[in-house]
Amino acid sequence: MTFFFLTLVLKIVVLTIPLLLGVAFLVLAERKVLASMQRRKGPNVVGIFGIFQPIADGLKLVVKEPVLPSSANLVIFLFAPVLTFLLSQVAWAVIPFGDGLVLADLNVGLLYLFAVSSLGVYGIITAGWSSNSKYAFLGSLRSAAQMVSYEVSIGLILITVLLCTGSLNLSEVVRAQTHVWFCVPLFPLLVMFFISCLAETNRAPFDLPEAEAELVAGYNVEYSSMGFALFFLGEYANMIVMGSLCTLFFLGGWLPPFDFVAFHWIPGIFWFGLKVTFFLFCFIWVRAAFPRYRYDQLMRLGWKVLLPLSLAWVVLVSGILLSFDYLP
Amino acid sequence: MEFAPICVYLVISLLLSLILIGVSFLFASSSSLAYPEKLSAYECGFDPLDDARSRFDIRFYLVSILFIIFDLEVTFLFPWAVSLNKIGLFGFWSMIVFLLILTIGFIYEWKKGALDWE
Repeated sequence: MTFFFLTLVLKIVVLTIPLLLGVAFLVLAERKVLASMQRRKGPNVVGIFGIFQPIADGLKLVVKEPVLPSSANLVIFLFAPVLTFLLSQVAWAVIPFGDGLVLADLNVGLLYLFAVSSLGVYGIITAGWSSNSKYAFLGSLRSAAQMVSYEVSIGLILITVLLCTGSLNLSEVVRAQTHVWFCVPLFPLLVMFFISCLAETNRAPFDLPEAEAELVAGYNVEYSSMGFALFFLGEYANMIVMGSLCTLFFLGGWLPPFDFVAFHWIPGIFWFGLKVTFFLFCFIWVRAAFPRYRYDQLMRLGWKVLLPLSLAWVVLVSGILLSFDYLP
Repeated sequence: MEFAPICVYLVISLLLSLILIGVSFLFASSSSLAYPEKLSAYECGFDPLDDARSRFDIRFYLVSILFIIFDLEVTFLFPWAVSLNKIGLFGFWSMIVFLLILTIGFIYEWKKGALDWE
């Protein structure tokens, strides 16, 4: 029992540390990629090619003064960043990095991920409410309504994927794509899922909650030092979670792109990482390329375009699978 | 037993985040000397006019109500999608009838303008 427990803790540490490092370097990658797209250099002073920039930023945030606003509800105020960070970490427990390379191989993994990503709203809305500041409150309202709206279409897209796999286990979802990745037959769904992911993680062009020009920074305006850092880490960890969800559901997880023998020598985790990196690059690319949406346009896209479309896809795919007897 | 790793992971990441937020109180300079303006809610350098918890647009409330309906629908669809090969045509058509009723409601709220933001 003790041995089981110790190996478990070790496994979790081995999962958490690379994840945090990944988040740190994702921030650097974002700044570098954005800089290159605008013909700048980006961070290049700390370490070679600015490689230690995220670590320097982190150290700076640690020694900053944590300000606790006098009008805030302190317990909730301090708990909100903890919750956001916690949820972005916990989602990783069920994500398979390779064949059998998963912390908890739940047979309801997909439902678990859906639940954890739904809970993410609470971190933001408690942060905005407890700050007792107008900007934070408005930002959290916007953010909550936006995340909730796109949650529905994400759910319906997951149902369509589920129809094609017949299992809620994430490893089974990947194994169902051995012959053809779902991005081929369900390509429109991949596009819709990617757009919903952008909205779900409050990324540009849907970054209205933190619209700098009007709401200064949205729900986290009152946070400083590590409280802010936890929100930041949580947000970027969520981006990586969403990137790996796109990979698992549509791009065949750890499976190599072609069935060459040589491709099977490369470990699955490498393919998984490569695909996630591709999606993360797309996240950053979209931020560099598109202007911000207006709020009514955002709600229109979520409720009047993505929701009916994804609902229609559920009916279409289930009808096709049933009538041609393709159900798994 | 399947959920044991998740419980342990939950505890570990809770501890990690509490440590991270605690560290800033250890290392940072003390805020006990802060003047009241610094600790007041941020409002572009002015004193806050009134409490932030005032009235807000009804549509945020409306969106969350609509979300509950559609999220419940998605929750109903999960077991249906897993067991579609066992429940056959009857199961399929019962769900289609359910979706049809929901779609009628959706069209109604669309026409009523519940989804419009100005």
